[in-house]
Amino acid sequence: MKNVLKQEALALNGDEAAAYAAKQSDVDIVAAYPITPQTIIVEKFSEYVANGEVETEFVCTESEHSALTACLAASVTGARTFTASASAGLALMHEMLFVTSGCRAPVVMAIANRALSAPLNIHGDHSDTMAQRDSGWIQIYVENAQEVYDSVIQAFRIAENPEVLLPVIVGLDGFTLSHSLENVQTLSDDAVKKFVGTRQIPLVTTHEGKRVPFRLDPENPMTMGPVAFPNYYFEFKRQQEEAMGNALKVIQQVNEEYAELTGRSYGDGLLDLYCLDDAEVAVVCLGSTAGTVKTVVDELREEGVKAGLLRIRAFRPLPVDGIVKALGKVEAVAVMDKSMSFGGSGGPVFHEVRHVLYDLPTHPYVLNYVYGLGGRDTKSSQIRGIYEDLQRIVQTKHVETLVNYVGLRE
Amino acid sequence: MTSREKSWKEISPAGVCWKSSTGFLTGDWKTYKPVRDLEKCTKCLLCVLFCPDGAIHWKPEKGDIEFDYNFCKGCGICANECPTKAIEMKL
Repeated sequence: MKNVLKQEALALNGDEAAAYAAKQSDVDIVAAYPITPQTIIVEKFSEYVANGEVETEFVCTESEHSALTACLAASVTGARTFTASASAGLALMHEMLFVTSGCRAPVVMAIANRALSAPLNIHGDHSDTMAQRDSGWIQIYVENAQEVYDSVIQAFRIAENPEVLLPVIVGLDGFTLSHSLENVQTLSDDAVKKFVGTRQIPLVTTHEGKRVPFRLDPENPMTMGPVAFPNYYFEFKRQQEEAMGNALKVIQQVNEEYAELTGRSYGDGLLDLYCLDDAEVAVVCLGSTAGTVKTVVDELREEGVKAGLLRIRAFRPLPVDGIVKALGKVEAVAVMDKSMSFGGSGGPVFHEVRHVLYDLPTHPYVLNYVYGLGGRDTKSSQIRGIYEDLQRIVQTKHVETLVNYVGLRE
Repeated sequence: MTSREKSWKEISPAGVCWKSSTGFLTGDWKTYKPVRDLEKCTKCLLCVLFCPDGAIHWKPEKGDIEFDYNFCKGCGICANECPTKAIEMKL
């Protein structure tokens, strides 16, 4: 922490922070289609291109499906590639999300998380990225605009690591982060360029038995992502799972290396633990909500309540061991979900956290709180209510309702 | 289809082919195969031109055509196009 680089504070909202990070990350290709609340990212980046501030090729596409297809095509030639989307735009990319991860193309995409229609809603929740949970993309959820900036830079290093080679989504809460102005500490262009480096291309064996860089190149022709029949498809999927496992380690390493440079780190990169050491009651959440929860934890701690917070930064890959370690000794846990899995008895984060704790000899009570759908504000008083529920459960050893709705009119 | 199936640790990522496309014998997809009546065939070579898989070859040394059953998928276009109906699709 002693030799951190000199940094400049810029007033940026979350979208601008994403665009600025991509600008500094020496990106070759950006192909994107604007959609609220991600629009500013695309607008800002096209300004950089129009002003000649970057050498990036900017491709205006007719849809998000095409945008990601263009990114994939660019990425498999060895280019560093960035895009951004949200909500219906991400949904339209659905098919290509799987092709991108399956082709092992390390595309980085900022998602300004937004609700899905119908009814039409442009505000923030996690329905869009949670619906793409199983698409083979790494998913990082951030707490503030500073973390947007830091995470987009880190995402290139994570995605392009030869042990990983997977696309990365950096999820920032729509409006709450995408449109809120913050002081963001930024590195110099040179420092970021040095940190991200040039994209490393691992070697693969071609049909001629030659070891060549894993990219489309007329000098070394290869077929990428062809048909794989039942006798091989399964093996390729297993490789993707292995890469996700490797990403756990790489995300932590990149977080550490970045901390040495900037003095900023986010827990171990995977999980951000707040007052969890001796916590009896804890909340688990993703994204910007953690800011509100931390304020409530501070208040409760002053009142003598042993409250804690676990913010899951990397939802894919899920840091299973870290979650067990963080929550194993807590007595009651409330998992907050900003999306729903209709008919699934709770939201996706709840399912996964609860599943992870199953193997413990004694597990905490684990409840679900669905909140903030369609951008509904969640107040600190409501978070406090959740902690009060948990305290009551610890005392009475009785859970009244497993899946609860925060701020819903009954 | 292949001599020995490889494990997930041995194959290149993203389905990068480890052998040429001619190494994948796609002829085993077919149900019906084309059989020629030598009496009726006039060697007009229309079948060679129409075959979508390039699986019918003109062999100058034999002065005749040859079906390559390793790659013929049994689509029957040759039989359909043959002006003298010299090709029959058989099980």
